[in-house]
Amino acid sequence: MTGGGVRIGVYVCHCGGNISDTVDVKRVVEEVGKEPGVVTAVDFPFMCSEAGQKLVEDDVRSGRVNAVVVAACSPRLHEATFRAAISRAGGNPYMYYHVDIREECSWAHEGDREGATEKAIRHVRMAVAYLRRAEPLSKIKAASERSVLVIGGGLAGLRAALDLAEAGVRVYLVERSPFLGGNAARLGALKVFPYGRPAIDIVRSLIGKLVGRREVTIFTNAEVEAVSGYIGNFDVRIKVWPRYFKGKCAGDLARVCPKRARDEFYFGVAERTAILLPPFEGAYPDIPAIDINLCDRCGLCAKACPSVDLSQEPQTVSVRVGAIIAATGFRPYAPRNGECGRGLPGVITLHELVGALNKFGGIRVDGRAPESAVFIYCVGSRQRRAGGEGANEYCSRYCCIAALDAALHLRELLPGVRIYHVARDIRSYGVNELLYEAAGRLGDVFVKYSEEAPPRVERQGDKLVVRVRDVLTESVELEIPADLVVLVTGMEPSDGTAAIAERLKLQRGPDGFLQEVHPKLKPVETALGGIFIAGTAQAPRGVAETLASASAAAARAASLVLRGYVELEPFVAYVDASKCNACEACISECPYGAIEIVRAGSREVASVNEALCKGCGACIPACPNSAIQLRGLTSAQIEDMIRSALGHGRSA
Amino acid sequence: MTRAPQILVFTTSTISDPGVASAGLMRLKYPPQTAIIRVPCSSMIRPEWIVLAIESGFDGVFVAADGTDCPYLRDCTERTARGVEAAQKILASRGVEPERVRMAAVCSVCGEAFVRIINDFFNALSRLGPVRL
Repeated sequence: MTGGGVRIGVYVCHCGGNISDTVDVKRVVEEVGKEPGVVTAVDFPFMCSEAGQKLVEDDVRSGRVNAVVVAACSPRLHEATFRAAISRAGGNPYMYYHVDIREECSWAHEGDREGATEKAIRHVRMAVAYLRRAEPLSKIKAASERSVLVIGGGLAGLRAALDLAEAGVRVYLVERSPFLGGNAARLGALKVFPYGRPAIDIVRSLIGKLVGRREVTIFTNAEVEAVSGYIGNFDVRIKVWPRYFKGKCAGDLARVCPKRARDEFYFGVAERTAILLPPFEGAYPDIPAIDINLCDRCGLCAKACPSVDLSQEPQTVSVRVGAIIAATGFRPYAPRNGECGRGLPGVITLHELVGALNKFGGIRVDGRAPESAVFIYCVGSRQRRAGGEGANEYCSRYCCIAALDAALHLRELLPGVRIYHVARDIRSYGVNELLYEAAGRLGDVFVKYSEEAPPRVERQGDKLVVRVRDVLTESVELEIPADLVVLVTGMEPSDGTAAIAERLKLQRGPDGFLQEVHPKLKPVETALGGIFIAGTAQAPRGVAETLASASAAAARAASLVLRGYVELEPFVAYVDASKCNACEACISECPYGAIEIVRAGSREVASVNEALCKGCGACIPACPNSAIQLRGLTSAQIEDMIRSALGHGRSA
Repeated sequence: MTRAPQILVFTTSTISDPGVASAGLMRLKYPPQTAIIRVPCSSMIRPEWIVLAIESGFDGVFVAADGTDCPYLRDCTERTARGVEAAQKILASRGVEPERVRMAAVCSVCGEAFVRIINDFFNALSRLGPVRL
C-alpha cells in the first residue's frame, strides 16, 4: 500500500478519566486530525468497551478507514483487542499502531496537563507516521509436527503423556531417573486425600495405561540434552544413559553388590546398593539399572546374573515434536543442620517419616515406638529472607495437608500416640478441612507460634523437648516432651527443573519455579511458544492440583499440534533482493541461523527462513545497504517516526 | 526562557517498555519531554537512527536495553552498546557531545530505576544546553 492509499483513523481513549483528567483529549484529537493521512480522529470514554471497539469496526467495515491508531493504555493490555476488532471488520490487523497514553503518559505526568497533552500528541503523530508506510501483513503458516515431548515421568508427566496419547498425539516421555513415578511414587502406601487412595495406586494405574500404547515412546535414565527449532517444529536431542542390564534377573541381586548409599526412593531413611531394582510392583521399566557413579565395576553382579552388561554405552536419540511439556517436579526442602533441631536423633522431616512408613511399615525411635510426636510446620517456608538465609518466602500449599494426613496415618498405626501440631497457621483449604477436623476430634493438640519466635528443639536426656511460645495463650512458653519431632517442609524446584529452565531458556519466577505467562489468562503456557508447564515444576501443589494442571497442559499442547500447522506473527526479517550484495554480514549476526545465501536468478542474495526468524532485528544494523528489514517495523517507518515526533523539528 | 530538552527513548516491547510503563503505574514522575519508540530488541537499533534523532530536534537519545532479560539474545547488551558507541562517534565527529546518547538496562518492573536514569539524563542535557550542529 502506498502513502496515498492509507486512510488513518485515530481513536483516543479517556479511560474513564484515567487519561482525560490529565491529557486534554479534545486537543489531541484536534491536532492529530490535521496530520496527512488521517481521515477521522475521535475521542471516547472507554475504547476497550464494546461501543468503543464498534467505532473502529464501523469505520473499517465502511472502508472509510484502513489503518488504525488507538491511543489508550499499554499495548500489553489491549493491542490484541483492537487488532481483533479490525480483523472482525474485514480489515488487516497489522495496519494498526497502539499508543500508550496512560502508563507512559497520563499516569507518569499527573499534574502536568500541558506536558502530558504535548506528549500524547507527539506519540500519536509518530504512530500516524508509522502507518503512512504500513503494509497489510498476514500471519506465517508453518506445518507442525503432531507429536509432543513430555519432560519428567512423575505424576504430572505421566498424566499429560496419557492424555495426549488418548487424544491420538505421538508422545515422547523422558525421565531422568531409571524408573517412572517421580515423587508421587515415593509417597507409596500413604493415602492421598481426598478419597483415600494410596499414591502408588494412582501412579501404577497411570503407568499401566501408558506403557505399551503405540503412540508412546518412553525413555528412562535419559535427559533432554538440546532443543532447537520453534513452535510446531522442535528438534530434540535425548541422551539415554545405559542401564547396564539387558533384562531381568532372578534372585535378590542387590545383595551381591558390596556398595552402599542412601536410598532416594525412601527419602534416604534406608540404604541401597549400586543396583537399582524396580522400586515398586508395577514399576516401569521392570528391569534394574546400575548407579554407575557408585559402582566400581567389581563384576560380582555380572557373575551372578547374565543380564548384566557393563559394556553398554550412552545413546543419543533425536526426535521432532510440535510442542513440549516440562513436568520436572520438585524436591523437598532440606533443613539446614540445627534448624528446628535438625541433626538431633529423633528429629526427621515429613518426607523421611513417609519414607520410613513405606519402608518399615512404621516408625521407631531408639528401637521403640514413639509415644509422643510433634509436627513443626512451615520449616523453611514463609520466611522473610533477611540476612541471606536460604529459606523460602512462599507457602508450599500442600504441606499442612500432607502433615495432617501423615499424623492421622501415624495415629492409625499407634493408637495411643500423643500428637502435637506446632504451626503458624493450618492452611487446610477446601475439602482438606475435613482432615483438620478429624485430627482435632482424635485429640491432636494444636499450638500456634509466630514467625518472630520459631520453636526450639533440644535434647534433654533421652527425650526431645520442643519449646514454643503459644500465641493463643498470651505467648506462654510451652515445653512439649517428644519422642519424635517431624519437620514439615515445603517444596523447592527440583534440580531437573533448574536444568531444564537453563536448557530451554524458560523463565523462572523469583522462587525458582517455572513461570507461566499469566496465572489466569495463560496458566500453563510459557513465554516460549509451544512450551508448556505442568505440576510442581511450576509451583508447589498437591496431587489433585498436579493432575489437573497436567491435563490442562496436555489439552493446550494437543490443541496446538493436532491442527497440523501453527500461525506465527509476521514480524520477521526479509531481504530486499535488489539491494543485497550477499556480503553475509547479516548471517553472522543472526542468533537463530535463520539467514542463508540463496541463488536468485543469476546472482546470490541473502534469504530469511521465516519459521526460524524470531524477529529480534539483530541483523538490521549489520546490513551496509539497509537491504534487510523487519516486517512491521522497517527502517523507513522508524526514521519517519523520529522525524515526525517533534512536528516542525528544532524550531518548535 | 530556554526550551526543555527533548529525549527520544528506545524501549523493547517485552522488557524495557513494560519497565517504563511500570513507572507510570507507580505514578513516578519524569519529564514529559520524552518520545518513546518500541523495538523488539535493542540490538536492532541502527546508529543512523540515533544521529537522525539529534538532527530532527531531539537533545538526547536514551536506549532502554534489556540487560540479561532479553528473550531473544544473550549478548544483546554488547550488540546494542556497539551501535550506541558508533552513533556517539558519528556525533562527536560532527561536534555533538557523545554524552547525549545514553544506554542502560531497564527490566520489566524497573520503573524506579528508569525514572532515576531519565531524570538524571534530563538534568545532564539541561546543563549541556541545546545541540549545536
